[in-house]
Amino acid sequence: MKKRRAAIVGVAESDVGRTPHLTVLSQQALAARAALAEAGLTKDSVDALFTAGAWSWAPTMALAEYLGIQPAYTDGTNIGGSSFEAHAGHAAAAIEAGLIDVALITYGSTQRTSRSRNAPRPAELTAQFELPYGLPMPVGGYALAAMRHMHDYGTTSEDLAQVAVAARQWARLNPRAYYRDPITVEDVVASPMICEPLHKLDCCLVTDGGGAVVIAAEDRWPDVATQPVTILGHGETHTHATISGMPDLTVTGAAQTGPAALRMADVTLADIDVAEIYDSFTITVLLTLESLGFCKPGEGRDFIAGGRIAPGGEFPMNTNGGGLSYTHPGMYGIFLLIEAARQLRGDFAWARQVPAAELALVHGTGGVLSSAATVILGTL
Amino acid sequence: MKPVPDADTKPYWDGIADGELRLQRCEGCGAAVFYPRAVCPHCFGGPLRWFTATGTGRVHSYTVVHRAFGEFAGQTPFTVALVDLDEGVRMMTRIVGASRGSVEIGMRVQLTVEQIGDADLPRFRPQEAPELQK
Repeated sequence: MKKRRAAIVGVAESDVGRTPHLTVLSQQALAARAALAEAGLTKDSVDALFTAGAWSWAPTMALAEYLGIQPAYTDGTNIGGSSFEAHAGHAAAAIEAGLIDVALITYGSTQRTSRSRNAPRPAELTAQFELPYGLPMPVGGYALAAMRHMHDYGTTSEDLAQVAVAARQWARLNPRAYYRDPITVEDVVASPMICEPLHKLDCCLVTDGGGAVVIAAEDRWPDVATQPVTILGHGETHTHATISGMPDLTVTGAAQTGPAALRMADVTLADIDVAEIYDSFTITVLLTLESLGFCKPGEGRDFIAGGRIAPGGEFPMNTNGGGLSYTHPGMYGIFLLIEAARQLRGDFAWARQVPAAELALVHGTGGVLSSAATVILGTL
Repeated sequence: MKPVPDADTKPYWDGIADGELRLQRCEGCGAAVFYPRAVCPHCFGGPLRWFTATGTGRVHSYTVVHRAFGEFAGQTPFTVALVDLDEGVRMMTRIVGASRGSVEIGMRVQLTVEQIGDADLPRFRPQEAPELQK
């Protein structure tokens, strides 16, 4: 029997950057309304609701009430920044199983305005073995991984800086990006040290923002106003929660989720036209590219060298400027899906558009390299 | 930032207060286990028995923290490491007693307990004269 297919049919951001006029709920409502409007679908067509956040003990309940939606399928899975890639996979599976027709995934954060990012929490449960040492998280966890990668493979700060420089070059093509002034490798390595070897410009932004993605079953596609972007494959995992529990500091769960998603989509890495890779930190990108298998362990620096991931390069990646330069409201994963869908629809008329992009790989990373979720998207 | 011991972890923190590192070993599969648990995460069996570890190991990775928050903000720069204990488990700690720039991955370290406020916390310092200790 043929699988019942699922596709992204609407995407939208709320205001990103600094949004003192918005709340985590209003951001999600505004983004949801815009994404549904783009799709030409009504709120009442939504039968599945997905969100992730620490702003409520039961985020989907709070959000559903605010939106005026009574879902038949509710999923508040929170695995950090990759939650939304996992949600997209769950939505596709529920559509395939015939449980739902239209899924709404949203995210919102006011972390920049509310200055909530480093609020203290008690050293309880597994946190009693981390918090007393004062390591700022998540950056400290990524720094430990970066230091080990440098030790094992000779990766340098200048290599990592290439990721930030390319992200800023893409951000210059995105009018909504938080930072758009060009930077150089020298700027990155001269920026203040946060946790060795990671500098300020190796780290993602701290912004407010929200987004929404609408996913519909194929029987609804004739009704929608956009070109559906099909979900061809997906995979998710988490390998640890505390950084001391990471099985190998230089290999992420992408080593499992990438092959799983590609197998489901029946495509190979060589077929991918555009990649949206979670860039919480510069090291995240290197480890993810290696773990996905785009290159061998330790060869990430060669893979990205010479402007290959910059605009006009052979490997178009993070085409909105990423979490490093566009926006990063705590959990960035939903913006990866939004950008990939727009690329595959051909929404951009100029340099930001990857020509004839038909297949996208979206990969989220959450926690301290803890969770991984891959989604393969395609054109019809 | 005082750790909050619980039913799983109280023997560990009692050990730290006594100046020693207590770990668990699974009597079912023989694996050393850290952090403390009620069920072995390897074989899902047990029982898990407490034992006193050597308190020695190797730096697996480290970072020097230049920007910290809350009560740690005034302590920078300080070195946080993941240490692979000789018993085969990995833990987070701070490295103390090493001159700036001398911490390296692979370096031998040994336990030292420091009282920070009203909490006893495990730190590691460079291992002294290993040839004499052997």
